Formats: sequence, structure tokens, C-alpha cells
Amino acid sequence: MSRARSSPWRSVAAHAALITYTAIALFPVIVIVINSFKTRQAIFRSPLSLPDAETFSLVGYQTVMTQGDFFLYFQNSLIVTVASLFFVLLFGAMAAFALAEYRFRGNPLMGLYLALGIMIPIRLGTVAILQLMVASGLVNTLTALILVYTAQGLPLAVFILSEFMKQVSEDLKNAGRIDGLSEYRIFFRLVLPLVRPAMATVGVFTMIPIWNDLWFPLILAPAEATKTITLGAQIFLGQFVTNWNAVLSALSLAILPVLILYLIFSRQLIRGITAGAVK
Amino acid sequence: MTVQPASKKPIRWHIAVFLAPALLVYTVVMILPLFGTLQLSLFRGTPEAQVFVGLENFRTLLGDPRWSASFWNALWNNVWFFIIHMAVQNPIGILLAALLSNPRLRLRGFYRTAIFVPTILSFVIVGFVWKLILSPIWGVAPSLLDLVGLKSLFAPWLGKEEYALTTLGLISVWQFVGIPMMLIYAALLAIPDEILEAAEYDGITGMAQFWKIKLPLILPSIGIISVLTFVGNFNAFDLIYSSQGAMAGPNFSTDILGTFLYRTFFGFQLQIGDPNMGATIASMMFFIILAGVCLYLFGIQTRLRRYQF
Repeated sequence: MSRARSSPWRSVAAHAALITYTAIALFPVIVIVINSFKTRQAIFRSPLSLPDAETFSLVGYQTVMTQGDFFLYFQNSLIVTVASLFFVLLFGAMAAFALAEYRFRGNPLMGLYLALGIMIPIRLGTVAILQLMVASGLVNTLTALILVYTAQGLPLAVFILSEFMKQVSEDLKNAGRIDGLSEYRIFFRLVLPLVRPAMATVGVFTMIPIWNDLWFPLILAPAEATKTITLGAQIFLGQFVTNWNAVLSALSLAILPVLILYLIFSRQLIRGITAGAVK
Repeated sequence: MTVQPASKKPIRWHIAVFLAPALLVYTVVMILPLFGTLQLSLFRGTPEAQVFVGLENFRTLLGDPRWSASFWNALWNNVWFFIIHMAVQNPIGILLAALLSNPRLRLRGFYRTAIFVPTILSFVIVGFVWKLILSPIWGVAPSLLDLVGLKSLFAPWLGKEEYALTTLGLISVWQFVGIPMMLIYAALLAIPDEILEAAEYDGITGMAQFWKIKLPLILPSIGIISVLTFVGNFNAFDLIYSSQGAMAGPNFSTDILGTFLYRTFFGFQLQIGDPNMGATIASMMFFIILAGVCLYLFGIQTRLRRYQF
């Protein structure tokens, strides 16, 4: 299709523009990571050069490891993210199945009700959420965060998953029914395995905002024992603001796990965005 | 669909079982607190003795000079924050998507993945990374500007009242440009080849093809991106909080509704937290976002022409 447009000049220009923007996107991240491996003098003397034998130093990482309780924070973030993800996917898929599979009175209304949360951010209910958590004694527990993130993730999960569940073959489900499978078995044994790719996409979408959130950990669970990595990093960075080695190392440690996960799942994520956007 | 013959059937309990958990969590943790917050904005007093005051809190917020100055400042800043996104983020996103959508382009996957990297990072990381890079103490930004001979332009942008908010807006654009890029990219890929071939036979190629053929076809996606940007911006908090603190310095010049809500609800320095006024601000944000979403759904989306292929 692009016969008329494939002049070499055009392609060079396109690459030049894209390389420039890629550099802008990656440069700050790269500067932080390479400087985290340098001595203090080298960080300031030549911020843009790579560490060499003389300027290499891990002193920042040592500070982070001894000062902040990053393993605990990391563990908290992991528990919150994995548990929320599990509930979003399980409850979301169940509700999506009910909406996609059965005709019952109030079905469209129910779909609309659940879709409200896609546009209205849960953050606006914070004042009352905090009161709810205080009343139920859940402040400074990971449970509070898991509940909030489950509620936050459900609307989009239900919306996307029900679109996919409508595509599951009717014959397959009816064959299952004739074989005497219960509706629960049909859902768990037949439908769920078939929508696994969609579940992965929803999972990635759900996971990133939960892992990165600062607002709810700050408000609902700021205690030392329940800090997530994002909140822990925020506080650590504030305390060590003059210790450049420590700050750069902490930032690098916060970036790397997300970056690695992203590189593993980027194909899934991009496919999810592009598939969802076609509509 | 399981359409059994329309006879009297027993209640299908499994539907309730499938729906119940999601409905329960969503209603209790999201919908009820949203309404609870709206309700709190109509009350005053101590937590034990709440008195119904009608719209008094809103009158205070908009009429009392101490409150209204902060509120309008935050709202205006928020509008400016949104304008920056619409004017910078979305055009750049569209441009990048247009470049990427050329099927002959090599290294597409690499560019796509790399440009999306900032989007997955947390605001805390992004805020601090840019704070360090723009710091006059470290000197990465001045030495970079020196490379292109523009060192004299450098200023501690995040510390200057007149530049700080714009700088933060651009940082946020840097972080989120991947989202419009991806959505537009997907929309461009969905345009059938026959349409583009027909355009080429008519002699419409290159830029003209983009403006006359592709842009009208991706307008619905641009609409969705605009409303997502709107909701995201009027709900923003983390970036400002992690780079400028709860006081949204210098001198509140970067204060937006999110940070204003946080300060009011939790208190800062000598002022103690005020849940009722916090709820009032949250309600204002709710109405603003609702108005924006409704404007999009009823005013824009229905008028956009959609093409069925």
C-alpha cells in the first residue's frame, strides 16, 4: 500500500524523529541507573559518563539495603498486588460471565452500573473510604489496600472480559450442559481456560496502577509494617534527599523490577491495548 | 445465550453467585463511599456530632476568600495542566503513532516498547528522576543544554513560580505520551488497506492522506483519549506530591485539586484536617469529572461520525 511513500528520505526522517523521541523517553532512566553505580564525586563531575574502574561504587546500594526496610516494602507491594489481581480476575471474570452468558432482568442496567467505575475514579470517595476502614478496624492493614484495589480494578476487568466471553463458542458450552456439567463447572473448566489471553491482558492493566499507587498507601496504610514499595521509596527519598548515592540507588531499585516485568509482558500489554482500542 | 423455552423456571441461583462477589466489593468499597463523600459534604461538625448544613460548605469553598482563593488557584492550575496535555501530549502521540504505523518501518517493536517505558514507572520515580535531572546542583540539564549551546536558557524550572507547573505538566506528558501513541496506533492499524489504496489511486498520498483520510477515521479514538486525559488530569495527585510535596510549592503555584484535597482532608502545618471540607472538594472534583464525561458522552461522542468497515 505504501508504494508511493517509500522514498528513502521519508524513512530516514521517520527514523530520526523516532530515535529522538526514544532518546527523550529513555535518557532520564538511563542517567539515573548509570549514576547509581558511581562514586559521589563522579556523579557530580561527569554525570553523563559511564562508570569505570575508578568511579565504580556500590555505596548507594549499601545505604539502601541497610537503611530502608526495602525487602519488607517489596513484600507488602507483592502481597497487595498479587492478592488484588487474584480477586479482580476471579470476581471480574465471574461477573463478566454472568453478564455475557445469561439473559435476566436488569442485565444491561447491571453492566452500566459496573461500568460507572471506569470513568469515575475511586479516589474521589477517599474521605468515606477512610471512615469505612476506620470503622471496620482495617486502617494500616494490607487488607484495606487489597479491598480498595479490587474495587478499583473490577469495572474495567468486567467490561473487557465480558466482551471476550461473548465470543466463546455457544456449542461448546451447550455440549458441556448436555454432558451434565453444572454452570459453575462450565465457567471454571470450559470458559475460563479459553479466555486466558484476555485475563493476562486485564492482569497487566490492573497490576501497573496498583503497584505504582501512592495515594491509598499514604492514606490507608502508612504504618511502617504495611508500607508498599512506592510509599517506602517516597519516604526514603525524602529523608535521604542529600545523599545522592542512596537516592539514585533507591530509584534504580524501584525502576528495575517494573522494567523487567514490562519487558517480559510488553507484547501482551501492547496486544491488549491495540485489541481493546479497535472498537 | 442460554435461552431455554420461556416457561416458569426455578430461580437461577448461579447467576447471583457469579455476580455477588464483584457487586459486593464494588458497591461497598467504591459506590457507597462515593455517595458517602457526597453526603459528608453537606454536613459540618465533629465526627460525633455531624450537623446537616445543606450547601453551606460549597458556599464556604466558593465564597469565603480564604478558601475560594485556594480553590480557584487549584482549579485554574488544573485546567492549565490539562491544556498542556491536550496541546503537547496528544499531538506528539498522534505523530509518533503515524510514524509507527508505516508497515515498512523497521524496528517498530523496539520504538514502541521504548517509548512506552516511562508510562509503566510510578509517579514517585518519575517525579524524583526529573527533580534530580533538572536540579541546578547536579547539573545534568545545564550540561546537556551546553552541548547544544543553550546553557544560558537554563533555570531551576521546578523552583520558579512561573515555570513550575508547566514543567510538571511536561514531565507528565513525557510519562504518558505512550498511551495516546498506542491507542492511535491501534486505530491507524484498523483502517482497512482498501481505503488507503483507493486514496492512492486518487493521488492522495503522504501528508494529504493523513489529514484527509486517516485523521477523520481516528477522531473517535482521539475523543476517547481526550476524555481519559481529562479524568486522569483532574484526578492527578501523585506527581505533584512526590516532586513538590503536599504544599505544592513554590508558593502553591503547582497546587491542583488533588493536592488541595489532600491538604484539606489531612491538614498541613498548623491547620488541622477537615473531612467535611475535604469531602466538599472531592465532590467538586466529582462534578467536574462527571460534567466532562457527560459532555464527551452526549456532546461529542454521539456527533462523531463512525465509519463501519
